Amino acid sequence: MEVMPKWAEVILVPLISLLLAAILSALVILAIGEDPIAAVKMMVTGALGSTYGWGYTLYYATNFMFTGLAVSVAFHARMFNIGGEGQAALGGLGVALACLYIPWPHWSLALVGAAVAGGLFGAAWAAIPAWLQARRGSHIVITTIMFNFIAASLLNYVLVNLLRPKGSQDPASARFVDTVNLPTLHDMLAPIGINFSKSGPANVSLLIAIAACVFVWFLIWRTRLGYEIRSFGNSESAARYAGIRPFKIIMVSMMISGALAGMMAINNVMGEAERLVMNSVEGAGFIGIAVALMGRSHPFGVFIAAILFGFLYQGGAELALWTSIPRELIVVIQALVILFTGALDNMVRMPLERIFLSLRNRKEG
Amino acid sequence: MTLMTKFLGASAATALMAGAAFAEPALIYDLGGKFDKSFNEAAFNGAQRWVEETGGTYREIEMQSEAQREQALRRFADAGANPIITMGFGMADPLSSVAPDFPDTKFVVVDVTWLEGLDNVRQIGFAEHEGSYLVGMLAALASKTGTVSFIGGMDIPLIRHFGCGFAQGAKAANPDVKIIANMTGTTPDAWNDPVKGSELTKAQISQGSDVVFAAAGGTGVGVLQTAADSGILSIGVDSNQNHLHPGKVLTSMLKRVDNAVYDALKAGENVETGVFTFGLAEDGVGYALDENNASLITAEMKATVDAARDSIISGDTKVVSYYENDSCPAIDF
Repeated sequence: MEVMPKWAEVILVPLISLLLAAILSALVILAIGEDPIAAVKMMVTGALGSTYGWGYTLYYATNFMFTGLAVSVAFHARMFNIGGEGQAALGGLGVALACLYIPWPHWSLALVGAAVAGGLFGAAWAAIPAWLQARRGSHIVITTIMFNFIAASLLNYVLVNLLRPKGSQDPASARFVDTVNLPTLHDMLAPIGINFSKSGPANVSLLIAIAACVFVWFLIWRTRLGYEIRSFGNSESAARYAGIRPFKIIMVSMMISGALAGMMAINNVMGEAERLVMNSVEGAGFIGIAVALMGRSHPFGVFIAAILFGFLYQGGAELALWTSIPRELIVVIQALVILFTGALDNMVRMPLERIFLSLRNRKEG
Repeated sequence: MTLMTKFLGASAATALMAGAAFAEPALIYDLGGKFDKSFNEAAFNGAQRWVEETGGTYREIEMQSEAQREQALRRFADAGANPIITMGFGMADPLSSVAPDFPDTKFVVVDVTWLEGLDNVRQIGFAEHEGSYLVGMLAALASKTGTVSFIGGMDIPLIRHFGCGFAQGAKAANPDVKIIANMTGTTPDAWNDPVKGSELTKAQISQGSDVVFAAAGGTGVGVLQTAADSGILSIGVDSNQNHLHPGKVLTSMLKRVDNAVYDALKAGENVETGVFTFGLAEDGVGYALDENNASLITAEMKATVDAARDSIISGDTKVVSYYENDSCPAIDF
C-alpha cells in the first residue's frame, strides 16, 4: 500500500529537502559575514537570469544527465556503479581518438561516430568490473572505484606520452579540426530568431542527453530487457527462478551504464574543450550518483536533478567571480544539497509519511 | 567554441564601454587553489605585496572546473578588468581564443611561453631546470649515502622538467650519485596529498636516500615533515620553505612567481607584452640561503654552487631542458 500520494513522493520530498539545504546554506553564508539573500539572488540571476547563464547551466546539466542516467540504469539491477568518473574519462579518450584520427566530412557524422566511440570505450571500461562481479563475485563498488584510478593513470600516460603535441607543455591532446566542432545553442537557435548568448558552452549534445533520457525510460519500462533488469534488481532469486540469467543482466546493465557515462564526452570533450584535457570529467561521474539518487533513478527525475545541479555549478561560479565567498564554501553548499536530497532522504520522508498516514486515518475514522 | 571568434567585434565593443567604468586588475588562480603553499599562493603573496604598497584592489577567482577557465577570462574582460593575470599552463588554450576578442585588455599568463600572434599577452616562463640544477648539486654534495631522491606532484611535463634539472645537477656534483624519482599520482589530488608524500619519502629513505627534493605543491609539506622526523635533509620548492623545519631543510628551489605577479600589477594597464623567461640571470629562479639553513651549507658547497650558477649564466654550462625533446639525459621517468 502506498502511504503517500505520488505527487508528494515526487515533488514534496525533494522540495522540502532542498529547502532545508538552502536554510542551512544561508546560515553558513551568514556565519562568514556575507548576505545570504544577495548570494541567492546572484546565483539565480547568474545561472538562470540570462541566456549566458543558461548556456553554462545547461552545459553542466548535460554532463550530469549522462552520468545520472548511467548510475540509474545500473541501479535498477542493484548494481552500484560508482565508476562513472573513469568510464567518462575513457569515453573522452574514445571521442578524442575518433575526432583526431578520422577525417569526418561534417559535424553531424562526427557526432554520431564520436558518440559511438565514447560509448564503446565507456562500456568496455565498465565491462571488466561487471565481469569480475558476475563471474568472481568481486564487489562492484570496490572494483568500479578502483577502475577510476586506473582510468586516471591510463589517461595521464596517453596524454603525456602519446597524444600531447610535440613541444606543448600542457598535458592535453591537439585541438580537433574545425569541421567536428559541434554547434552551440547560439548557432542552433539563431535561425529561428532566438538570440542565445554565444559564450555559453551548451551545445547540440544537450538534445542527445534528452534523447538518452527517453531511451532509458523506454528501455527500463517498455522492453523485455528492462523488465529483466528490474526483476533481477528487486529479487535476484526470483529472477533466477524465472529463468533470467544473472550473468547476462549484470554485464548488459553495467555496459549500458558505462556507455552512457562514456557518451558524456561528446559534451565536455567534443562540445566544450574541443580537445582532450587531463581532468576533463571533473567529478561529473560522482555528481551523477547524487543526481540519480535525487531523481529516484527515473529518467525524468534525473533530467530535473541534472538541471538543478547545473544551476548549482553555474551559480557557484558566479558567486566565486563576484563575491569573496571562498570556493570551499561553494562546495559546502553543493554538498549540503547532496546530503539532504540523497543521504538524508528518510529524514524528510518519514515524518511526511506519518503526516499523510494520520491525515488518512482521520478521514477514514 | 572557436566559433565565438567570429563574433569578435561585438564583444570587443562591449568591453570598451565597460572598461571605462571599471579598471581593476584581476587574478585568476589555477585549479590548485589560492592557498596551495606553493605556486598559486606565491601569486597571492605577490598580489598582497602590491595591495600593501599601493592600497589598490583586485578581483580574483579560484576556479573549480576546466570550463570556468574561458568563462572567467571572458567575464573579467567583459567587466573591464585590466590587466588580467592568469596562472598555469592550462590557461594557454583558453587565452588563445579569448585574447584576440579583447585587443585593449592586457593579459598576463605565468608558465606559458609558446603562444604566437597575441600582442596583448605577457607570457612569463621560468627556467625551473636551472634552479633545480643548483639544488641538485647541493643535494649531492650534502648526501653522505651517495643517494638523493626526487618526489614530483602530478606526472606532467612541467614536473619532469624540475626533476630533470635536479638529476643533472646531482650528477654534475657527483657522477656516481644514485637518483631515485617518484611521482605522487596522476590526478590533481597529487598536488595535495601529504600522506602519500610521507609514504614515498619513507620508501626512498629505505632505498638509501638522505636528501629528498619535493616539487609537489601541498604534498611537499608531508615530504618535508617526514624527512625532518627521520633525520634526513629535504629541499623545498617555489617559495622559501627553509623555515618549516629549521636546520633540517637543506634549501629551497625558489621560483619567483610572486615577483612576476607583483611586477604585472605594478605596471597595470601598461604592462609590457611579449614572451619573458626568467632564469638564474634574472633572479627568477635560485636557491634559498637564510639563517635556517646556514649551518647546512658549508662555504665549500656554496662556492661550488655559485661557480656553477655563474657558469650557467655565462652559457659555459648548459642545463638540458626536458621540453627540448621530451626526455632527460640524466634520468628516466
